[in-house]
Amino acid sequence: MHKSIESLIRDAEQSGRPLPQVVLDRESAEMGIAPEKIRARIGQTLGVMRGAIAEGLEGKVRSASGLTGGRSKRLWDDGPRILGPRVTTILARAISTLEVNAAMGLIVAAPTAGAAGVLPAILISVDEFAEGGMGEERLIDAMLVAGGVGGVIAQRASLAGAEGGCQAETGTAAAMGAAAVTWLHGGTHEQISTSIALCLQGMLGLICDPIGGLVEIPCIYRNASAAMQAIAAAEMAMANLDFPVSADEVIDVMGEVGRRMPAAYRETALGGLAATPSAQRLVQIRPTKRPSGASS
Amino acid sequence: MVSLFDILGPTMVGPSSSHTAGACRLGLIARAVAGGMPESVRIQLHGSFAATGEGHGTHRAIVGGLIGLAPDDLRLRAAYDEATAAGLQWEFEEIDLGDEAHPNTAIFHVTLGGEELVIRGASLGGGRVEVSEIDGFPVALGGSYHTLVLLAHDEPGTIAAVATVLAGHHVNLATMRVDRTGRHQDALMTIEADEPISEPAVGAIRSFPWLRWARVVPKIA
Repeated sequence: MHKSIESLIRDAEQSGRPLPQVVLDRESAEMGIAPEKIRARIGQTLGVMRGAIAEGLEGKVRSASGLTGGRSKRLWDDGPRILGPRVTTILARAISTLEVNAAMGLIVAAPTAGAAGVLPAILISVDEFAEGGMGEERLIDAMLVAGGVGGVIAQRASLAGAEGGCQAETGTAAAMGAAAVTWLHGGTHEQISTSIALCLQGMLGLICDPIGGLVEIPCIYRNASAAMQAIAAAEMAMANLDFPVSADEVIDVMGEVGRRMPAAYRETALGGLAATPSAQRLVQIRPTKRPSGASS
Repeated sequence: MVSLFDILGPTMVGPSSSHTAGACRLGLIARAVAGGMPESVRIQLHGSFAATGEGHGTHRAIVGGLIGLAPDDLRLRAAYDEATAAGLQWEFEEIDLGDEAHPNTAIFHVTLGGEELVIRGASLGGGRVEVSEIDGFPVALGGSYHTLVLLAHDEPGTIAAVATVLAGHHVNLATMRVDRTGRHQDALMTIEADEPISEPAVGAIRSFPWLRWARVVPKIA
C-alpha cells in the first residue's frame, strides 16, 4: 500500500488512473490477488456492514456487560429534532454497528473493531441519500479509496488505541470515510487530500479510555461523532476550504501525539472517563463474569 | 506488508479485533499444532487478556478456536456450549509473565493422544497474532501462510529432505526456520508456504524415520 497520500495522488495523476484503480492495482500486485477477487471481497464486506447496521437497529442486541445495546433504536425511533433526518440516520447507524460489535455480533473491523461503526454509517447512508443510489460498484470504489487512506495511516502513524489512543482508531476511520465521501461526490484530488487533513485535525488528541476496558462506552458515541466529523470535513473540503497543513503532515502529527500519550490514555482503562467515580461505580454494579472453567 | 484487508477487515465477531478475533486465531493455531481438537487444555492468560478478557469474549473466542470456529463464526457467542458438545475439556487461569511479555499473551497446555504440548502466542492488534513458542522452541507463526510444523530428531539432511519433498509437490516456500535449542536431541522446523500443503506431501514427510511428528497449520482467513 502507499506510504503517503501525496504518492497515492501522484500515482493517479501521472498514470491517469482513478484513485480507486490505483489502490486496487497496487493491492493486486503486492498480494498477488486478481482485481475482481478483491472487488468481490469488498462487496461481501459491504454486505456484512449492512447486516450489522440492520441488526443493531432492531434494538434487541445487548452486550455481556450490560453497558450497551438498544440505544441506536432509541435514537432512530425518537426522530430528528435539530438538523434533520440525515444526521440522525448517520448517528444511529454508527451506534448500531458498535452495539452489535459489543454483543459479539458480526462486524467488519475498519480499521479496527472499536471503530467499526464509522465507515458503514457514512457510506451506506450517503449512498441512500443520493437519488437512485450511487450503485454498488461506486461504493466498492469508495471503499478502495478509504482502504488506501487507512493503509497510509497504518504505516505513518497507528491504527490501534493501545498504541495511539482513540484518534488512531476512530480518527483513522473518520479520515478514511471523509476521503471516501469526498471521492463519491466527485471531489478533486486536492479536495480529497484536504478532507483527510481537515477530518484528522479535528480528531487529534483523542484518548482511548474505555469504561471497564470494554469496547462500549464511550466507543459507541465516539463512532457517532467521528462519522459527523468525516461528513463535515468532506463538506468543507468540497467547498474548497483550505487547510495549511498537508494530509501526510497531519497523519504524522497524529502518530507523534499517540506516541507521547501517557499509557493511562491508551486503552488501559486507567485514565480518562474509565477512571472517573461514575465509571468505577458502573463497573462495580455490572461485574464482568469470571471464566466458568472446565466443561466436565 | 499492509494489505487492504488489514484495513477493511477482518470480518469478525465483535467486540475486539485483538481480544476476540486474535484470541480465536490463537485457539485455531493451537488446535492445528496439537494435531486436532485437544482432549483437554489449560489456558493461561496474561495481562490485558486476563484483565479484560471476559468482557471481550476472549475466553469464548479461544475455546471457539480450539474447536475449529473461525473469527467470523457467530457460534463463538455460544462457544462454551459448542465446546461441551464437542467434548473439549478446558480450564483458564491467570498468569503474570512480567512486564516483558506482550500484554495479550496466552499459553496453551494442550493434551491430545497422550501427548502434551505447550504453545505460547500473543494477539498483536487488528486480529494479527504470533505464536512465539512451541514446546520450548522459539517460532514465529502468524497463521497468514499455510504452515508446516515438524519435530524431527536432529540429524544431517533433514532440511534438504523436507525441502525436496515440498518442491516435488510444487509448494513454494515463503519462510523456513529451524531451531534446536529446545529440549531433547530434537529440532523444530516451521515452514510457511504460499500454497496449501497437500496430504500426500505431508504423508511423504511423515514417512521419514527421523520425524517425530508433523502438523499442518492452515492459513487463517
